[in-house]
Amino acid sequence: MKLPAKAPEPNSENTPFFDGARQGRLVLPRCGDCGFVIWFPRQICPECSSQDVSWFEASGKGSIYSCTVTRRIPGGWGKVTPFVLAYVELEEGPRVMTNIVDCDPEHVSIGDRVEAVFEEATNRDGESGPPLLRFRVREG
Amino acid sequence: MSIKGKAFIAGVYEHPGRHLPDRTLPQIHADVALGALTDAGLSTSDVDAYYSAGDAPGFGVLSMVDYLGLDCHYVNDTETGGSSYLVHAQHAATAIAAGHIDVALITLAGKPRTGGSGPGGSGRVGDAPEAPFESQWGMSVPGGYALAAQRHMHEFGTTSEQLAEVKVAASTHAQHNSHAFLQDVVTVEEVMESPMISDPLHRLDCCVITDGGGAMVIVSESVANRLTRHAIPILGTGSFVKSSQSGRIDLTHTGAVRSGPLAFAEAGVTPNDIDYVSIYDSFTITVLITLEDLGFCERGAGGEFIASGALRAPHGELPFNTDGGGLCNNHPANRGGMTKVIEAVRQLRSEAHAQVQVPDCELAVAHGTGGSLATRSASSTLVLGRSL
Repeated sequence: MKLPAKAPEPNSENTPFFDGARQGRLVLPRCGDCGFVIWFPRQICPECSSQDVSWFEASGKGSIYSCTVTRRIPGGWGKVTPFVLAYVELEEGPRVMTNIVDCDPEHVSIGDRVEAVFEEATNRDGESGPPLLRFRVREG
Repeated sequence: MSIKGKAFIAGVYEHPGRHLPDRTLPQIHADVALGALTDAGLSTSDVDAYYSAGDAPGFGVLSMVDYLGLDCHYVNDTETGGSSYLVHAQHAATAIAAGHIDVALITLAGKPRTGGSGPGGSGRVGDAPEAPFESQWGMSVPGGYALAAQRHMHEFGTTSEQLAEVKVAASTHAQHNSHAFLQDVVTVEEVMESPMISDPLHRLDCCVITDGGGAMVIVSESVANRLTRHAIPILGTGSFVKSSQSGRIDLTHTGAVRSGPLAFAEAGVTPNDIDYVSIYDSFTITVLITLEDLGFCERGAGGEFIASGALRAPHGELPFNTDGGGLCNNHPANRGGMTKVIEAVRQLRSEAHAQVQVPDCELAVAHGTGGSLATRSASSTLVLGRSL
């Protein structure tokens, strides 16, 4: 079942991430001084405090650091249970919160290799917004 | 400068109600404020400092100082979720040690059981810089803690049965508390058979949702010396904000790895010296990870430690949450920090229920956890003594 897809609201600090998402590309911020790959996207490096941040296209590949099948939850998400909430560790280092989609929730495990998929999302007024970074299990 | 022995918890009060549809939020703050002041043998006119967090209505400390009719030259509304009240105690002890204040009042109240808007500065969450990256995934509160539990199980082989024993121990304590929201003793099997909320957390791995509140009064030595009530010295304090670790979050520990050592060092004691612990128990996994973080057992060995019966009062190796904790007794305003301190004070005063009173309880720890283990959280640890 399709998961709820509420479009995030970009701001001037994270626009490149969402512009990339609109093109189906995972674009991440990297510190111009120490090279640290920053998550969540922002215009400051949490490791060295530099505000010199540039953006690059990441592989979109990673593995599941942790995951849980949610079976009871209030509101709209209650209509799509069971679904998988997860942290995916990207090849570039960051651990990002997300959902694992296109899967049998009963057969998703920590360590599974995954790849990014960008899913359409709409804002409160029903208009199309930046798509959501979700993941599906990679074959092989 | 150390705060050790400079400040004393002179009064505590836990609201007896668990469902309070007919009392307003300010009224519940007032109920617990007056209760704690009465317990101490003081009145509102003695209060020169007031502390509250995001559960205070309106303009926070301004609205509540006004409503209660206080005269305060020191206020503080530090907001770290459920651990706020332990952080407040630390700040009050610091201000007392510096000679700025003599009588600090800290209150907590909320009505999540009745419903309506929740406490906790929820109006600000949408502005959070992390919100566009975290609020789209259907993360419920149990779901977030389930992520931590899954990772702990993966790395250390922790089991659902071991987690369930946390609830079982809490329930054996809660049977003696006539105010507890849940008073029935449960078994490991009953926990395991309760509905799954978010793997691996069952309904009975989760704390209760209750209206109510609590308060404490912290005073200087000169005030404590003129009171007849047994005042409990604060021996050590420590707090730490565990961030999302620059996007490399480790879900298997909390900020207690930093707050605990700070508090133990200030008190000049070690975990081995502690007779009783109040451990924040939003979920069973919160207790297990926190016990490891505070050094009561080895990292990764929390499951075994708990399964040994260590947490059961009065004779376990480390009796915990003898009021039944957030898992059974009370989790007012969805914030368990205040009640953690209150039960620790009861133990040190030898006023816990006789069936769960720890014999010769000299040293206790109260520990709070606020925010979410899945993202960012604040841990705060108090070491308290029967006497100096």
